[in-house]
Amino acid sequence: MPTARPGYDKLIFELSTPGRHAHSLPECDVPVSDPAQLLPAQHLRATAAELPEVSEVDVIRHYSRLSQMNYGVDTHFYPLGSCTMKYNPKINEDMARLPGFLRLHPLAPEAASQGALQLMHELALDLAEVSGMDHVSLQPAAGAQGELAGVLMIRAYHLARGERRTKVLIPDSAHGTNPASTALAGFSVVELKSEANGDVDLVDLERHLGPDVAAFMITQPNTLGLFESKIHQITEMCHAQGVQVYMDGANFNAILGITRPGDLGFDVCHFNLHKTFTTPHGGGGPGSGPVGIKDHLAPFLPTPVVVKEGDEYALDWSRPQSIGKLQAFWGNFGMHVRAWTYIRTMGPDGLRAVSDNAVLNANYVLRRLEDHYDRSAPGPCMHECVVSARRQKKLGITAMDIAKRLLDLGFYAPSTYFPLIVEEALMIEPTETESKETLDEFCDAMIQIAREARESPQIILDAPVTTPVRRLDQTGAARQPRLKWTPPGA
Amino acid sequence: MRYISNTPAQQREMLATIGVGSIEDLLARIPAKARLSRPLNVPAAMAESDLIRHLRRLSAKNANADDFACFLGGGSYDHTIPSPINHLILRGEFFTAYTPYQPEASQGTLRSIFEYQTMMAELTGMDVANASLYDGASSVAEAVLMAHAVTERKAAVISKGVNPLYRQVVETYCEGPAIRLKSAPLAEGVTDLDALRKSVSAQTAAVVVQYPNFFGCLEDIKAAGEIAHAAGALLIVVADPVNLGLLTPPGALGADLVVGEGQGLGVPMSFGGPNLGVFAAKQELVRRMPGRLVGATVDLDGKRGFVLTLQTREQHIRREKATSNICTNVALCALMATIYVSVMGKEGLRKVGELSTAKAHYAAAAFAKIPGVALTFKAPFFKEFALTLPKSPERVVKRLIKDKILGGVPLKTLDRAYKDCLLVAVTEKRTRDDIDAYAAALAAAVA
Repeated sequence: MPTARPGYDKLIFELSTPGRHAHSLPECDVPVSDPAQLLPAQHLRATAAELPEVSEVDVIRHYSRLSQMNYGVDTHFYPLGSCTMKYNPKINEDMARLPGFLRLHPLAPEAASQGALQLMHELALDLAEVSGMDHVSLQPAAGAQGELAGVLMIRAYHLARGERRTKVLIPDSAHGTNPASTALAGFSVVELKSEANGDVDLVDLERHLGPDVAAFMITQPNTLGLFESKIHQITEMCHAQGVQVYMDGANFNAILGITRPGDLGFDVCHFNLHKTFTTPHGGGGPGSGPVGIKDHLAPFLPTPVVVKEGDEYALDWSRPQSIGKLQAFWGNFGMHVRAWTYIRTMGPDGLRAVSDNAVLNANYVLRRLEDHYDRSAPGPCMHECVVSARRQKKLGITAMDIAKRLLDLGFYAPSTYFPLIVEEALMIEPTETESKETLDEFCDAMIQIAREARESPQIILDAPVTTPVRRLDQTGAARQPRLKWTPPGA
Repeated sequence: MRYISNTPAQQREMLATIGVGSIEDLLARIPAKARLSRPLNVPAAMAESDLIRHLRRLSAKNANADDFACFLGGGSYDHTIPSPINHLILRGEFFTAYTPYQPEASQGTLRSIFEYQTMMAELTGMDVANASLYDGASSVAEAVLMAHAVTERKAAVISKGVNPLYRQVVETYCEGPAIRLKSAPLAEGVTDLDALRKSVSAQTAAVVVQYPNFFGCLEDIKAAGEIAHAAGALLIVVADPVNLGLLTPPGALGADLVVGEGQGLGVPMSFGGPNLGVFAAKQELVRRMPGRLVGATVDLDGKRGFVLTLQTREQHIRREKATSNICTNVALCALMATIYVSVMGKEGLRKVGELSTAKAHYAAAAFAKIPGVALTFKAPFFKEFALTLPKSPERVVKRLIKDKILGGVPLKTLDRAYKDCLLVAVTEKRTRDDIDAYAAALAAAVA
């Protein structure tokens, strides 16, 4: 058993020393500098905010040390399924930091923002081509907001046709954001049971389709990593009943240049630029969740729309049927620059090679693991594979235990317990950027854990022991939430 | 393909292990009619040197705040960004990690978010803050939705002093739950309290005011709170935390929720995104909050550690019953803000506020001396103010660009009632020389 490991355990507040500072601000160069002479007293803080007093060296060392407590793609294989933790190219960062992009104010006159508007216009066209959609709005801040935008456009479309449709159908294998976004848009959610391999149950779908259904929302490839092969039949069944079909684009990394949602009959799809298009995940965001639509939904696009008039680019606000705005400004532009850079770096053949290699890598992992873990479905997968630890569970080892043991063996963990329809799910998405050597090391580790489950389970149950902390008391954290630092004795 | 590691030989080896002849064989489930039968029609791949040249040219078409004196505000501000921020956020362990679902391998992110929550709670004067939402606008929208859920009431009153772009986003978010939105008018640049009193009712879930408001004016938050609370509604205050090193925290003035845009805390303007949605609340509302929360706990050895907590509020567990649909937030921007507040510290953040308001007042006085130019409102203001101009603000702004000045935001497109007005923001970065040059250029432009 490990004893207390050496390690850093400070918060920035605990480094504070009165009188120390790290800032460099100019002296006041205008005559009146005392706020008490400028503002009524009731608007001025009675006491200074309790913020850290630290030096620049303190700041650099503290956050450098904190960073060392993290696993990231730059340091570790990060097979977190559904999240597409691929390599984030460094040139993207250089381009996003060009002063004309980084230091551009969103309300600068359009004539003084032409380069930014042009880039957004071009990125929207590229995403439309990649998806086979007619229009793309770059405004949504992340996938979930893209979903909200998409579902609101569907709602507005039906209402404009004088139809009040109140339900949205969503499979039980869906990401949690699908039902959450749909409920937020004012619909009631009807959960459809999937077949065991995550495919849509056509009989069940037919039974639920009707004049009160606004949309069917599915993930393609599905969350088990399988391409829904009856997709044309599904979109035709839906359209026959006036139902719009929405594609959750979380798994777009599987299909670049292979197939396009627009050609499959989808009316709406969103993109996660932080997954497929290499913008960094940043410890939980920012993301960017553009939404693509077919022509019939164009009147409802979020405002403003970036348009090209002759050689000029502009923001078009006069869209009377628009669903409105989703963010204060035009979208997560910094992410748009990175995605644009990535698409231009890769070109058409490069994008296709991304998906080919993502599929190859996932199938390689699946093949190497299938004798040791239960597959969730037969046949080849697309860009990710889902295996079940139900065999290990009989030995007292859960998917979570396996995840923790992987941390000790030098890997971040796959997504666990998702999709919900697979018992003890481990969802593994290797991405195209990983080498065979890395995949082999990971598979060796997974196979080692399967062996340990039979032979020496305690080592798994004790894991992790190499991380800055061991397993944490989640229940206690939720029962008595401590959500901020308080000074000792306070 | 420099981002794809496997060589053709390795690909063949892997295919052999899988037991298929080609990658095509792995795609067999995709019906022929679903396949794209041509290459994607996107531009050809560019070499890095060509790409850099191209984007340098494209970006040079934009008026950036290094080469132009930026007096633009309205929700995005040119505040100082200390050098350590960029160096630290680019550490790959922060930059290329994701949501800390495995806390043992994510303590760095979790600790920094815990620090961020502490700083935001302190600055806003609230009990708790979440790990971030997308931006100021969506934070206001989430606050209105939360007030609706907490009070089970179907209406909200929003002051016309709230950023009009934010009000548009609130409208979008309120469409689904059918929350009725009423606006409270302004009098002399601040919310008309008599009109506000008349617009609240037993149906009002929330009153929303901004501090300082969109026009830079300082609202009477306490009075707005009393009106809201008398009606049983929550008081939502929209505030920019970079100002709260100097200004009274809204929590001390009766706010139930404090939300807003944190971009000023070290996040680059970047044409309006990514930004930083701040969301803080009173303790009793914590279980109804949207977004992620980090809590302190202990590990098996009793050692301090941090985890995502109260996750049963969130979409990945509660699905359609979640408090919000948000998943990905803006953790990296929250990290920027955390480093910013650490660098600025107790003294620096106050000084940012003092310098900004001092320079804004100097500028306002200088501009108001120009014949035909007047301050639009009489109310006290902080670092932003509206000017009424004798000539079209759009044309004045265009003229100022020639003098390398980004003069402000013409208000016509945002609110027609102020078509003659220009919104001017002054941060600590503007020098007296910048302001004097602006005054001279403005005098020439309106003459």
